[in-house]
Amino acid sequence: MSRSGEAYAQELNRKRAANQRAAADEDNNDSNGNGNKVAFGAAGTFDTDVYGSVRGEKSDMYMDSIGTGEEDDVDDDSMPTVQKKAVNYSQPHKFIEEVAAASEDTDPFADTRTKTIAERQSKYHERAMRRQISPDRTDAFIDQTPDNRSRDYGQVMREQMLHAEKDRVEREISDLAKSGELRVTGQPEKKKGRWDAQEAPDSSSENLGAASATPSQGSAPRKRLGFASLSAEAATPRVARWDETPGHPTGAVDATPSADKWSTTPAAQTPRRNRWDETPKDGGLNDGSMTPGWGMETPARGSDDVKVEDTPSASKRRSRWDLTPSQTPNVAAATPLHAGSQTPSFTPSHPSQTPIGAMTPGGATPIGTAAMGMKTPAPHMIPMTPEQMQIYRWEKEIDDRNRPLTDEELESLFPPGYKVLVPPMNYIPLRTPSRKLMATPTPMGGAAAGGFYMPGTPDRDGVGEKGVGGLVDTQPKNAELPPLKPDDMQYFDKLLMDVDESQLTKEEKNEREIMEHLLKIKNGTPPMRKSGLRKITENARKYGAGPLFNQILPLLMSPSLEDQERHLMVKVIDRILYKLDDLVRPYVHKILVVIEPLLIDEDYYARVEGREIISNLAKAAGLATMISTMRPDIDNVDEYVRNTTARAFAVVASALGIPALLPFLKAVCKSKKSWQARHTGIKIVQQMAILMGCAVLPHLKALVEIVELGLDDEQQKVRTITALCLAALAEASAPYGIEAFDSVLKPLWKGIRMHRGKGLAAFLKAIGYLIPLMDAEYASYYTREVMLILIREFASPDEEMKKIVLKVVKQCCATDGVEPSYIRDEVLPSFFKAFWNQRMAMDRRNYRQLVDTTVEIAQKVGCVEMIARIVDDLKDENEQYRKMVMETIENIVALQGATDIDARLEEQLIDGLLYAFQEQTQEDSVMLDGFGTICSSLGRRAKAYIPQICGTILWRLNNKSAKVRQQAADLIARIAPVMHMCEEEKMMGHMGVVLYEYLGEEYPEVLGSILGALKAICNVIGMTKMTPPIKDLLPRLTPILKNRHEKVQENCIDLVGAIADRGSEFVSAREWMRICFELLELLKAHKKSIRRAAINTFGFIAKAIGPHDVLATLLNNLKVQERQLRVCTTVAIAIVSETCAPFTVLPAIMNEYRVPEINVQNGVLKALSFMFEYIGEMAKDYIYAVVPLLIDALMERDQVHRQIAVDAVAHLAIGVYGFGCEDALMHLLNYVWPNMLENSPHLIQRWVFACEGMRVSLGPIKVLQYCLQALWHPARKVREPVWKVFNNLILGSADALVAAYPRIENTPMNQYTRYELDYVL
Amino acid sequence: MALPGERFHVLAQLEHLQSKYTGTGHADMNRHEWVVNQHRDTRAFNMSHPGLNTFIAVVENESRARTRFNQINRMIQPCGPPPEKNPLDDV
Repeated sequence: MSRSGEAYAQELNRKRAANQRAAADEDNNDSNGNGNKVAFGAAGTFDTDVYGSVRGEKSDMYMDSIGTGEEDDVDDDSMPTVQKKAVNYSQPHKFIEEVAAASEDTDPFADTRTKTIAERQSKYHERAMRRQISPDRTDAFIDQTPDNRSRDYGQVMREQMLHAEKDRVEREISDLAKSGELRVTGQPEKKKGRWDAQEAPDSSSENLGAASATPSQGSAPRKRLGFASLSAEAATPRVARWDETPGHPTGAVDATPSADKWSTTPAAQTPRRNRWDETPKDGGLNDGSMTPGWGMETPARGSDDVKVEDTPSASKRRSRWDLTPSQTPNVAAATPLHAGSQTPSFTPSHPSQTPIGAMTPGGATPIGTAAMGMKTPAPHMIPMTPEQMQIYRWEKEIDDRNRPLTDEELESLFPPGYKVLVPPMNYIPLRTPSRKLMATPTPMGGAAAGGFYMPGTPDRDGVGEKGVGGLVDTQPKNAELPPLKPDDMQYFDKLLMDVDESQLTKEEKNEREIMEHLLKIKNGTPPMRKSGLRKITENARKYGAGPLFNQILPLLMSPSLEDQERHLMVKVIDRILYKLDDLVRPYVHKILVVIEPLLIDEDYYARVEGREIISNLAKAAGLATMISTMRPDIDNVDEYVRNTTARAFAVVASALGIPALLPFLKAVCKSKKSWQARHTGIKIVQQMAILMGCAVLPHLKALVEIVELGLDDEQQKVRTITALCLAALAEASAPYGIEAFDSVLKPLWKGIRMHRGKGLAAFLKAIGYLIPLMDAEYASYYTREVMLILIREFASPDEEMKKIVLKVVKQCCATDGVEPSYIRDEVLPSFFKAFWNQRMAMDRRNYRQLVDTTVEIAQKVGCVEMIARIVDDLKDENEQYRKMVMETIENIVALQGATDIDARLEEQLIDGLLYAFQEQTQEDSVMLDGFGTICSSLGRRAKAYIPQICGTILWRLNNKSAKVRQQAADLIARIAPVMHMCEEEKMMGHMGVVLYEYLGEEYPEVLGSILGALKAICNVIGMTKMTPPIKDLLPRLTPILKNRHEKVQENCIDLVGAIADRGSEFVSAREWMRICFELLELLKAHKKSIRRAAINTFGFIAKAIGPHDVLATLLNNLKVQERQLRVCTTVAIAIVSETCAPFTVLPAIMNEYRVPEINVQNGVLKALSFMFEYIGEMAKDYIYAVVPLLIDALMERDQVHRQIAVDAVAHLAIGVYGFGCEDALMHLLNYVWPNMLENSPHLIQRWVFACEGMRVSLGPIKVLQYCLQALWHPARKVREPVWKVFNNLILGSADALVAAYPRIENTPMNQYTRYELDYVL
Repeated sequence: MALPGERFHVLAQLEHLQSKYTGTGHADMNRHEWVVNQHRDTRAFNMSHPGLNTFIAVVENESRARTRFNQINRMIQPCGPPPEKNPLDDV
């Protein structure tokens, strides 16, 4: 409880800190908590909590960088990050928004839900959803007549050109329109395309729903809309959905080839009823038409249908039921959630509609991309978009839970004897909610006559029902399958139907099987998933590529996909790729459309997975197919497509080798036809460099030659990307390969003088990465030249330019040729003027870059120069800025030491440190680290300041804010070594006592820090001089070991361990015993460092008080039921035997083995196994003693028992390597070997391990001879495990086996004898 | 902790790991493949131990470099062509 409370408080603090403006800091952050009071006579400030900041930088309200490109080109090598929100909102506005938000139906748990991928993606990423999965393409390499349904390369290219041309015309027209030269003349009403339907009267039955469909589309179609309407006079082709998909007769659930998704008719070939022309039928629920009929009927909502009407308290939601659907806010909210989720909603012309209209019948028409696997929904399911389904389900659940209890339910809740009373006549119910809480006193003891009675909760119908709020059954008919999620309906609906398997055609059966496997993989438990994955992989070739991908790819494009699901689907693709191999060729483009977006995902693992798939795809399909498939996308008009294609190409290059791709790249980069192609080609090279790193070195020359022409391109974008590409190549090949760049130095050089803005930034970046490659002589020349431009650009307001300039300055300063005096005189003044300001600290990337660059410059000009310039800023009013200063000074001092710092600077430094430390409000270790590093590098010189520092610490330890106390304690831990160095032992003793007094601390984080501080003091002044004395300290620590908080546990056990190690004599044996048993619990801690500390401490204690007492109790512990505890005990026994020598323990545990109880015997064996693992070669003295016991154990019937024994043998074998115990080992191997036939994988694993141990200690030849008996055994069951062992032999000691392979006679065909072995001289 | 599906995990991993190296085998290997590996191992061993290489050179009355070269060359199909695949093998 206290933890969550604290977490909440922290959260609040963090939010507040983030919102506070720098200006308010000094007044506000006074740690006493009364910082907002205005001093007498001082000018008052506005309350920042209410008014927001009134001072501070206004600058970030203005746009300080100007984009040079027109479209959102992502040229940077980094990922397009999610746009950061501007920070300059003021709080009152926020409150208004909050209230406004709360008034609508919001989900208070929205934060806690796992977000779908679509929800967390940026606008740029969302473009992936707009791509359509293209139809199959011809496999040019297959020797059969190509299926005329598939498109070949030529067709695709023509389409691509058409598309580009269309885009160009569109743009021209819109330009004309913008300039006012083109006007839309009035059109006769009936000639309007359906897109102009907004104004159309909704009474006309033709326009059903189309009107509401239009506004919710994404931007791309909107562009097209403009196109259609603008050019209407020029006899526009009707961009009408009634046109069936152009041309290509596609397969059953195939995608439609047209680029225009609005013309994709779902399930093109199904003779679908045209729902627009249909009059709504009454029996709509069952007749298979999705939309209009549905509205007419009251849905079967079961028993609660009526009750909702009855509920007296009119909930917000309830009001909707009375409204006409078009006014319902939720309809609007539900529909446009996704760009392009055009839900042709129900007709407004049916006022008789029942309230279920909120679900937007017909909403199941998925968005364009999902549509390609579309089928008409199964008749019995109610079509809803996943979002609507979700909303509906929540509402249903809340309604169910909040509906009033019926009399029967009350009856079952109360003990017998209650009856309903009429309220007294004078009873007036309370109306003021605040008094309600206090009003009803609990009947304490009033009804106590019958004793306490706690009735069970009776089941209520309909609550927590399976399926979608009880509305639709989501359990597939095959009961072994997991239930569907509402979002899955459109993909898996067929499984909900009961079908007769024998009636199905082969294709249908296969489709159903695939569907079942996919559902298992997507929604099932791990074992189900596993079997699904295995089956789908095994049968991949049987099902064929088409049916598989037609089901998997739509799932991957689903808008409600979550990370886990995507991962699983991607895994499926990966597995089946291996199996399908070249069958995959016609589907390469489809797969790429789905997988390419992964390459620019925010999630690292998604990117890796994407690469993996594409590289496997490239290997399966071959280079030629990959190129012919991706070629059309290279000059696609959409920048998104080009970007992802370039990245995919880079992956292909890494999979198939750079040389294979070079000719193609050369051609693309020299393309005359379109600059987009050149741009993409160069970007491919850039991505290759980023992806493959130094692997580009062998081809560096060729790559540079390919891109170099781009530097003089007439398109600015191409020049920019070329420079960035060269930067990437130089970065990848550093520090080699300057020769390859010779040809580009001059153009780059000219470039930085010619260009401005974004282009210049890219050129500078390229130069910056090239300079570290050069010789010192050249580097200094180039640096001097480029510096002039850099200094000029210091003043640039562009953020991107700033980052690049900083980076290049750093690279220049790192080279040998630059004189410190030059930097000091020419660079530093403007550098500090331009960069060392508060605004730089606000952006994380700027912050990092500035710190790095400053540290680098300090390396050149010396630390004093730099520190002196920024030390006063440690007292700056902006905390983020102070942090930046602190981090810079820390890094400089850590690198260069503090010897150069003079007395005056030292004083300033400490002064600033103390100020910055005391004023910090944010929780991170920058200030602490800085303080620690600087103090320890000052060493003895810090002595003068210790009293002051300690005074501050002591005072702050007493602070009422937990955070402040924690920081103070942490600081003690940091400076303890320095205090020791300064011989401030008395002070440390004092600190120890104070900390000791604070051990009652209730905040675990603080307590942990206090323990850490005590530990630090203890470690430096030693156990004997420690105050408080150890004998007082330790008993105080014992109860703290029970604390569940990990930080407390870890620090406490470390401290106890240190005492046990070096000061055990100060504490009675009894106390140590007590601690021992506390420690047993800690052996099962989650955190590894805690377990390890516990194990070490255990050893120290056993050493201190002798093994006998400890061991007796431990052995008793083996008898307990709890497995976890027994395991911990065995570990403890092993540790004791390691620290106190095995002979003190072994007799006792071997004796314990005679107890006829399997748990105890297993425990003993396990302890032996751990013991042999820990004691290593000490085992040579005990092996003959334990062999009889192990033999006995290896002949035990119980499998687990033998398994542990085999494990013990393995550890033992490895331990005695080289000590001549072969006789005993051989004896043991004879007992271990027969276990190879066991079924348990655990046992087999241990057996393989033991054989590996034997290979080491007994020699590979002995083990080989055992293997040879079985390698060619007729029974696979025998062969299989032995090959595992043989393979280990090969991997471990291939050489040694040469002499021991059996002699094999020649056959007439082959010569098998190795004659060299017969040579005798 | 251990899920039933993960039981084969370590062993499967081991198998996968082993299969990445040349010279390793499996239960469905035939004699020819196995012996070829032995031959290559042997030749590699011979040529990479100078003493052994010299020994063979003396026996064969060749120069050491020639011996070494021969050893390397003999790693190509050391046992002759692989036997005809018997269609029954796959069953």
